[in-house]
Amino acid sequence: MAIQQISVFVENKPGRLAEITGYLAEGGVSIRAFSISDTTDFGILRLIVSDTEKAAQVLHEAGVAVSITEVIGISIPDVTGAFANVVQTLAAAGENVEYAYAFLTPEAGHAYVILRVNDNEKASQILRESGIELIAEAAITG
Amino acid sequence: MFFQKDAETMPRAKIREIQLERLKYTVRYCYENVPFYKKKLDDAGVTPDSIRTLDDIRRIPPTTKADLRDNYPFGLFAVPMKKIVRIHASSGTTGKPTVVGYTAHDLELWSDCMARLCAAAGATEDDIVQISFGYGMFTGALGLHYGLEKLGCAVVPNSSGNTEKALMFMRDFKTTALVATPSYALYMAETAKKLEYPMSDYHLRLGLFGSEGCTPEMRTQIETAWGLFATDNYGMSELMGPGVSGECEERCGLHINEDYFLAEIVDPNTLETLDEGETGELLVTTLTKEGLPLLRYRTRDISRITYEPCKCGRTFARMDKIKGRSDDMLKIRGVNVFPSQIESVLIGMKDVSPHYQLIVRREGFADTLEIRVELSDTSLLESYGKIEELQNRIKHNMHTVLGIQCKVSIVEPNTIERFVGKAKRVVDLRNQTEEKS
Repeated sequence: MAIQQISVFVENKPGRLAEITGYLAEGGVSIRAFSISDTTDFGILRLIVSDTEKAAQVLHEAGVAVSITEVIGISIPDVTGAFANVVQTLAAAGENVEYAYAFLTPEAGHAYVILRVNDNEKASQILRESGIELIAEAAITG
Repeated sequence: MFFQKDAETMPRAKIREIQLERLKYTVRYCYENVPFYKKKLDDAGVTPDSIRTLDDIRRIPPTTKADLRDNYPFGLFAVPMKKIVRIHASSGTTGKPTVVGYTAHDLELWSDCMARLCAAAGATEDDIVQISFGYGMFTGALGLHYGLEKLGCAVVPNSSGNTEKALMFMRDFKTTALVATPSYALYMAETAKKLEYPMSDYHLRLGLFGSEGCTPEMRTQIETAWGLFATDNYGMSELMGPGVSGECEERCGLHINEDYFLAEIVDPNTLETLDEGETGELLVTTLTKEGLPLLRYRTRDISRITYEPCKCGRTFARMDKIKGRSDDMLKIRGVNVFPSQIESVLIGMKDVSPHYQLIVRREGFADTLEIRVELSDTSLLESYGKIEELQNRIKHNMHTVLGIQCKVSIVEPNTIERFVGKAKRVVDLRNQTEEKS
């Protein structure tokens, strides 16, 4: 159930993010979810896109540093304590969340959360056993 | 391999005898044919007759690049223009170009010097050699060109630029040797790896590199990328061009063509002659040149000389690879920093590319050094922690080698300028207002 995510190195200079997302637009790649965080010198843009291979290709051709990793996605109900429950479940099993980002879903009353953990397989199993719904890549990219 | 074995293996006493005879001749020749030198020698109280031993050279004031510029373009030529058959100019890396002229005899000796160095490095008449130095006013390309032809190699005068086409010729001709700057040789390897042809389509076995410094780490990288044996040669247009010295297959120093050049090592600040084995600035006196003879020319290059005979059989003195330039040397917070030191740290690291830029600023009253390097291992993008760890590792290694703290910036791949000729990697903003980007 792993989902492919692209990480992009973005130098902190005006217009650079516009250029990088522009390459994706020209390549006909649609961004389904993203997160960006930065330090003083550079940022890392993380993307879930409609066509990961194509996105990696257009960015690589434009000389942009990219890497592809697998992350997991879950669907949680829009109720108080839902995310806390997820994190507690993982913490109890000794799984660390390196980063996460959430976004709205077409499914009413739910949010999708992308999680980067140490061990995708182990984390997926724990979450499944705790009754937390995992989502397939197609649910986001489709 | 020897091109002129008798000359290259003379006993030291014979070398000194030839040098003294030619030094006496050259001082007199300069005195009588170049008004600049007549005045310089008169002012220093040196007459041609007073040069009796090799040590007497120390009484002659050094010649500098500024002297050549002040006499631009032809003021220091020792022969009328009808005797000059070729004119070159320096790349002008550090200001206005300096112009050099050659007589037919100069060109003959130049190609001898070059043929000796190429043979010492392992080139033979069976080699197909591509010259990827820029032709034109720069002495590098034509210097190697005529030397290699004299040795009997098949020379491919490809020049620099249009790298993909150069690579096509290299594959199709089964080119066996490459003449280039070390950084361009690396750039060519980067480009070759991006093309659809396997590296086994290239047949390079020998690299004749020069015109800029090459650290041992960079050399290893070039050798690994191309599967060749890399050698360094040294020279500068003012002295002739390449051909002053070069490595033999033992690669333990660059053999100086001592019958044509008299080399000394001096303290760059006091100009006092240093003992054998001490590191300082290289001064060179041309011993046979007719067009533009130079006495004690300050190369600004930092090296060291040993007179021990080499395992290869050559008796010519060996100079160390250039450690840096006395004028490229950056003084940061009172510490001498050579770009070559920074390069050697970076080349030892797998997660960054060897291309770098140094930015020196003055913030308040303190100098700061920023080192910009390209990220090459994209798997580090997985976490900030890994990139920060890389930055800290570079900082730590730089501190160990340089003795000063610096800032390390990681930048996107392929964003630092690649140089076909001499690399310009230092941006010194200490006396300038910086444009904010």
